[in-house]
Amino acid sequence: MSESNGALVRVEKVSKTFKRGAEKIHVLDGLDLSLLKGEFLALMGPSGSGKSTLLNIIGGLDSPTAGAVSVGGERIDRLSGKKLAAWRARHIGLVFQFYNLLPVLSAERNVELPLLLTRLSGAERRKHVDTALGVVGLSHRQKHYPRELSGGEQQRVGIARGIVTDPTLLLCDEPTGDLDRKSGDEVLNLLAALNREHGKTIIMVTHDPHAAARASRKLYLDKGRLSQEPLE
Amino acid sequence: MRYARLVWSNLKRKKIRTLLTLASIFVAFILFGCLAAVRQALTAGMNVAGADRLIVRHIVSIIQLLPGNYEAEMEQIPGVAEATPATWFGGIYREPRNFFPQIVVKPEEYLSLYPEFQLPEDEREAWFRTRTAAIVGRTTAERFEWKVGDKIPIQATYWTHGGGKKTWEFDLVGIYDGAKKGVDTTQFFFRYDYFDEARDALRGSVGWYIVKVSDSDRAAEVARAIDETFANSPAETKAETEAAFVRSFSDQVGNIGAIMQAIMSAVFFTILLVAGNTMAQSVRERTGELAVLKAVGFTNGQVLGLVLGEALTIVALGGFAGLAIAWSAISIIGDPTGGRLPMFFFPTRDLIMGALIVVALGIVTGFLPALQAGRLRIADALRRLA
Repeated sequence: MSESNGALVRVEKVSKTFKRGAEKIHVLDGLDLSLLKGEFLALMGPSGSGKSTLLNIIGGLDSPTAGAVSVGGERIDRLSGKKLAAWRARHIGLVFQFYNLLPVLSAERNVELPLLLTRLSGAERRKHVDTALGVVGLSHRQKHYPRELSGGEQQRVGIARGIVTDPTLLLCDEPTGDLDRKSGDEVLNLLAALNREHGKTIIMVTHDPHAAARASRKLYLDKGRLSQEPLE
Repeated sequence: MRYARLVWSNLKRKKIRTLLTLASIFVAFILFGCLAAVRQALTAGMNVAGADRLIVRHIVSIIQLLPGNYEAEMEQIPGVAEATPATWFGGIYREPRNFFPQIVVKPEEYLSLYPEFQLPEDEREAWFRTRTAAIVGRTTAERFEWKVGDKIPIQATYWTHGGGKKTWEFDLVGIYDGAKKGVDTTQFFFRYDYFDEARDALRGSVGWYIVKVSDSDRAAEVARAIDETFANSPAETKAETEAAFVRSFSDQVGNIGAIMQAIMSAVFFTILLVAGNTMAQSVRERTGELAVLKAVGFTNGQVLGLVLGEALTIVALGGFAGLAIAWSAISIIGDPTGGRLPMFFFPTRDLIMGALIVVALGIVTGFLPALQAGRLRIADALRRLA
């Protein structure tokens, strides 16, 4: 995947407006953001500031009302439907606050999900799943179902699912928001290791300054705009 | 195949609900099989009726008798190849519930007109030469465990003989089979000459005639000619094709096909609601999971396919199992009335129709929930989860 002007992610003049009845809510307002490959960005801000919306737009889960979004030089705001789904499968790994594992599938089957969309054989998928679960330290829990895992373990399975396709970008939405401090630290250590040792580019949305401190860069989002420091 | 595990896992999510839905579909298709067999039993005569055979009866009703000399007159009518009489005996074997049709015929002529009744050569010869001889279809023979050589006593309800005697005794000389599926093998045939000489009343009369036409395309024309021949006589006739005759008989209990269709439509409509509701509920319950699938790269079409696959799987499991059990039970156990029906089997045509209904039902029940799942907006669904 090529990069434009050295930036892996380039968000230019992006606005997002939601309609609630007759009312228009401007969540993002001409926002610019640039992210280099290998960066670990923490995105902070108060509730309802649009952090998750921005993350969704960068991950191709939502589309901007205006502006341009490029990832690896590809204008994803111009992609739609099937092409966007294929792009997500190839380039995006997602980690959610509430893990969002499928309760009917074991840990290994949850991790395998994104690989079902590839042309890999069963044996090749198996190998990738083993590797991903090994990276998050859950090789011994692969046959377990989500209900048999702790919150921290479920989130680590979620991370394994996020990295199993070796995506260009790992997007984490409040990955420690539902965890106690100890489990949260384990998850943050894991994300930091993925960034440091595997060169993963990560954008993490968080409320928690302790979590944000693990990132290489912090940005604050408020009133639809990004800043280096929190607005008063 | 790579998505099969995902489909199967989702079906196991709520085992009781899946089992109950499966059971309702399963029972519906067993019912479908049984009704198809009953309809076949009641209307099969139409399907096996010879296209070149006419039935000639009294113009008023089948219970009014016709003169025996019409046979020769009919054989003079252009287009008539052969004619033979038949008469309903209506007797009782031991007790009234042991019903089976008993028909008085002229053996050689009758077998010539009905080649679908297959009788071994020695048994055929025995029937031709013994006046008190009778033959019976395989179904009735097995029902009463009769074998060749048995004496069969039949109590007359109308046709007494020898000055009021009700019991007629016949020598069973043959057991016939049907040349094809659907041929009635419940009937009991005995000889007209023995019957006519022995009966106390109405000698020389017959119930109806079976007429073979030389060209089946001219059947209607020949039927008209027969009716015209006997017009203004004391016993006017009504000639019609054998299929029309059988249909008019079965129509006495209503349009069986339409009745069955109405029952099955109601059953399948209920199944549609039950299975459709199961699928819709299942999709509603896992909106978040479907959103996650789309988030990791599943396309709208793939999510739609997964949900449709679940609906098809559940309907196919229940439906095909129901059809298989219905087919096996009907084939193994056979006629549940103990031989009162002329035949009882699950016709292949209906089996194929059942399989097509299974697939159609799966698609219809799954389509709307699948469409709903396919159209799910990821960001909105994930926002609801947060």
